[in-house]
Amino acid sequence: MLAAIAQRVARRLISSIPALLGVVVITFVLMRVLPGDPAVFFASGPSAGKQEIEDLRHKMGLDQPVPIQLAHYLVDIARGNLGNSLTTGQPVVQDMRRKLPASLELTFTALTIALLLSVPLGVLAALRPGSLIDHAVRMLCTLGVCVPTFVSGLLLIYMFYYVLGWAPDPTARIDIFASTPPDITGFYLIDFALVGDWNGWWAAASQLLLPAFTMALFVLAPLARMTRASMLAVLGSDFIRTARSLGLKQHRIIIAYALRNALLPVLTITGIVFSTMLGANVLVEKVFSWPGVASYALDALLASDYAPVQAFVLLMASIFVMVNVAIDILYGIIDPRVSIE
Amino acid sequence: MSATALQRPTLVSHATYVLRSNRITACAAAGTLLLVLIAVFAPWLAPYNPIASDVPQALQPPSAAHWAGTDQLGRDIASRILLATRLDLFIAVSAVGISFIIGAVIGGFCGYRGGRLDRWVGRIVDVLMAFPLFVLAMALVAALGNRMENIIIATAVINLPFYVRFARAEVNVRRNAGWVEAARACGDSHVSVVLRFLLPNVLPAMAVQISLNLGWAILNAAGLSFIGLGVQAPTPEWGIMVAEGARFITTGKWWLVGFPGLALMLTVLCFNLLGDGLRDILDPRMRT
Repeated sequence: MLAAIAQRVARRLISSIPALLGVVVITFVLMRVLPGDPAVFFASGPSAGKQEIEDLRHKMGLDQPVPIQLAHYLVDIARGNLGNSLTTGQPVVQDMRRKLPASLELTFTALTIALLLSVPLGVLAALRPGSLIDHAVRMLCTLGVCVPTFVSGLLLIYMFYYVLGWAPDPTARIDIFASTPPDITGFYLIDFALVGDWNGWWAAASQLLLPAFTMALFVLAPLARMTRASMLAVLGSDFIRTARSLGLKQHRIIIAYALRNALLPVLTITGIVFSTMLGANVLVEKVFSWPGVASYALDALLASDYAPVQAFVLLMASIFVMVNVAIDILYGIIDPRVSIE
Repeated sequence: MSATALQRPTLVSHATYVLRSNRITACAAAGTLLLVLIAVFAPWLAPYNPIASDVPQALQPPSAAHWAGTDQLGRDIASRILLATRLDLFIAVSAVGISFIIGAVIGGFCGYRGGRLDRWVGRIVDVLMAFPLFVLAMALVAALGNRMENIIIATAVINLPFYVRFARAEVNVRRNAGWVEAARACGDSHVSVVLRFLLPNVLPAMAVQISLNLGWAILNAAGLSFIGLGVQAPTPEWGIMVAEGARFITTGKWWLVGFPGLALMLTVLCFNLLGDGLRDILDPRMRT
């Protein structure tokens, strides 16, 4: 079993290489059509002489044929060199490493919230099709995909910060007067838990809850809808009728037999949803002034500083490819039949 | 003639039947019609000039004079929302139109010919789908330049993979049908078979996709202008209006965000419900 999983992991990792290469090439092409000549951009100023720009072009390899430039680009990526940010003056990789945990913490918390809400809702709706709860879930799903994340985020801020006063000031990962946790993983919730600072943990969690909930709300619909549809299909199948006729307990039938079989399509849609969430990250981070990679890239983009933007696009696509690999592997664990073929 | 009595129900009669029995689809269709009317007649409907500022009247809550309130420059929000309908619909419709036409043709030929072209296009589509699509749109706008037409192009590109895949799959199952062979036997060229017979045959199924995509395209375009790409500030556009109002939400000025947000939501809702309804009318097999 373990050996089969390891083999599957290896096979999937290898088969994801073409997609990753394609992602790198497209990012490279995008960089090539970026407005302006990078050499002029990096030159000392508008007064830079023609000779200086020519020298820079030569130094940056811009005078070489495009395939060679692509090769250089690949080598640079392999070495972890993604250029320097003009706005922060730091290597992009360093900036990204510092800011990535904030984004990942937000995305994964949102995904957890979304799954914890949508799977039970979908199951409940499937258990009583046509009932009040089924209609309520359907309405929630229909409305959920229609409200843009940036609007729902702002309205949640209005509700929970301004009207009710429950949420903290929506401007950062943690209150400016509170101390940040020691930098162990970069995930505040994990770091605070590791050092046992539960006041800090609560402060970070309450700061995280609103943006995570905003994001979760947007992806609730596809998850709940898929859970409902696939639960309905499974509940109507023969083995459930057999389980019922054998007199198994209702909750055991639903959770151990029906839900486990219904989870596969939900897992598939989770992969697609994750891509949506990486995109929604940009909007949510802007609404909540969340100091993650997306808002970093966005600031750079608006300041015509393109190295961080490229690195961001590359990073997001790589994360998405890797998440798809992980989902494929989970497939094999949830449903052993998949790994046999 | 008794033949007319036995005729299969026409599309129109079937549509009226569905609309009559399905109130929600009827509402969505009416809502869409209303949106189009607003887009066309907005300049005459708007009670105020959407870009004229009136600073003494700034940040007024909704009242009888300004029923959606005023923004930080004293501009009437209701008028701005009405005027923005035209731009937002224009962006979404042209983006989806472009990707539908290009996607259908590429996908159609891929599904019909198969072979090497099909494999390569499939690979490119796979790579495009490996990007989180909103991030790809962001990068495209960055690469092409921060202008309104590039928002349309970026939105069209991120829609493209869906149309290519859809058209490819639908054409692929039909390519060996008898009527395709008949067209070939009548001397139609391959190009003509795809454009005159296969794609029109796939069209009804794609109409559903178009309606569902329009809502998504509006959300994407508004998202892009919310983060400061594409449409620029004084132009009334829903995404920008929300972005400008965002600064005032922590002080309780909800109407700056609420009303443009509501406009976005209702528009997307109309298109999505219409898409579901169209599916019932055009393609009963896919009913959920």
